[in-house]
Amino acid sequence: MSDLLARRWRPATFLPEADNRDGSLTFVVATLCFLACLMALTVLATNRAVNTWSDQLTSQATIIVRPRANETPDLAAARAAEALAGVPGVIEARALEREKAEALVEPWLGDITDLEDLPIPRLVAVDLDNASPATPSTLAAALKARGIDGIIDDHSIWTRDIARSADVIAWVCGGVFLLITAAAGAVIAFATRAGLLARREVVEVLHLTGAENLFIARLFQVRFAQLSAIAGALGAVGAAGVGAVLRLTAGGGELTHAIPILWSDLLVVAPCPLVAALVAAIAARMTAERMISEIT
Amino acid sequence: MGTSPLARLSDKLFAADDVLRFDNVSLTYGRRAEALRGISFALKPGSFHFITGASGAGKSSLMKLIYMAVKPTAGKIELFGHDVSKVSAGDLPFLRRRVGVVFQDFRLLDHLSAFDNAAVPLRIAGLKPESYRNDVAELLAWVGLKDRMHVLPPTLAGGEKQRLAIARAVVGRPEILLADEPTGNLDAEMSERILKLFTQLNRLGTTVLIATHDQTMVARSGMPVLHLDAGHLIRRAAGEE
Repeated sequence: MSDLLARRWRPATFLPEADNRDGSLTFVVATLCFLACLMALTVLATNRAVNTWSDQLTSQATIIVRPRANETPDLAAARAAEALAGVPGVIEARALEREKAEALVEPWLGDITDLEDLPIPRLVAVDLDNASPATPSTLAAALKARGIDGIIDDHSIWTRDIARSADVIAWVCGGVFLLITAAAGAVIAFATRAGLLARREVVEVLHLTGAENLFIARLFQVRFAQLSAIAGALGAVGAAGVGAVLRLTAGGGELTHAIPILWSDLLVVAPCPLVAALVAAIAARMTAERMISEIT
Repeated sequence: MGTSPLARLSDKLFAADDVLRFDNVSLTYGRRAEALRGISFALKPGSFHFITGASGAGKSSLMKLIYMAVKPTAGKIELFGHDVSKVSAGDLPFLRRRVGVVFQDFRLLDHLSAFDNAAVPLRIAGLKPESYRNDVAELLAWVGLKDRMHVLPPTLAGGEKQRLAIARAVVGRPEILLADEPTGNLDAEMSERILKLFTQLNRLGTTVLIATHDQTMVARSGMPVLHLDAGHLIRRAAGEE
């Protein structure tokens, strides 16, 4: 019987399989991974929203037309639309009706009945070719050639603001991500220190039996890397679940939605277990090597 | 098994010289009185010695110095030709693998089976389980743990733990075997078997050093004695009271 058992024997791990601190540590690391994954999803969604908004803004321009003394505003707008329609890089130019122009200024002037007495400028909406859009100077030259006085708004002030806001969000998310990573590393380092002290007798026996510091450090490294990989998977699944709920409730990709998450975005959480294991392995290894040198 | 260049070089240069040499070694723990004072002795390869002395005489401290758990506060210790104070941290494990130790308090790993405990030195040395599985089983059977090899140490009796600690110390065929009170919890028959095991290992070339209170075993073996008295070493010839 004992011979059979000996033949079937497989080496057990030098460190005890489970520790009563493992549950708490798994929860903390899983929570940090969950937050890190949410950060990644936020960056993706923000970038997509910004790109959508920027594309829409950069593919349009608005011309404010000022009629000449002997010209009606509607005629001036029609002439401007005609002048711009043939410019390379312009897909379509159309003069907006007076009602639409009035609707645009209504939020600032309120619902007043005698708007027709005000000299509301006429607008021309220009759709630009995304591949090679006409520049503001090209549009200005076309208007000038036809003797039309107009102000060109290419929305660049808005796109710059949006791009700047997106950059800020990306940097903030990146900073929070690094902070979470550092916190995870610190938690693992703390746990490694506690684990080493709790297993001091094991460490001493291995050391006195001829184990190298690296050999012992690797035991803790593998242990915490495995634990963190599991915690990372739990955090990733949690974040993917939240992302899926947002996708189902908010839809994806449309400008009207604040967080346009696509199903494919959920894949961004996939490397989380690997990254968590890597961070834990580095933190545990560095801590264990330093501590083993101190206590032995 | 991995062996450092330093250890390999030592094997060649030190083959016929002293395997262990203490030169005026003293040891003090913190601010307490000296545990060992001016100890000097040398062991030839393949020798067999007992260390005797009353409790607190310094037997365990002497053992700790030899298995490099503590460093001397004065003097020089040479193990396999290396000054242990000057051995690099990277070479120290390779020196320790050449020394088998039976600790007085056994120091078994409670979460590992008896089989796993006995195999610890071989696993640390990097051997594959297939190469030593049968040897470990045979050794455990020899020390009377054939039916206990897959139980955890906390379920073993005191004598069984001691035999397991002995099995772990000798399983890697160390060049020096240190045993601190190895028969303290054993009955007469098992003590005899263990002493026979140590003698067999000694005949195969292992240098053996046993710290013990068991004067009967010392007298029966006829081996030379290093007697410690309040930290001082008093040599005694074989059989001398």
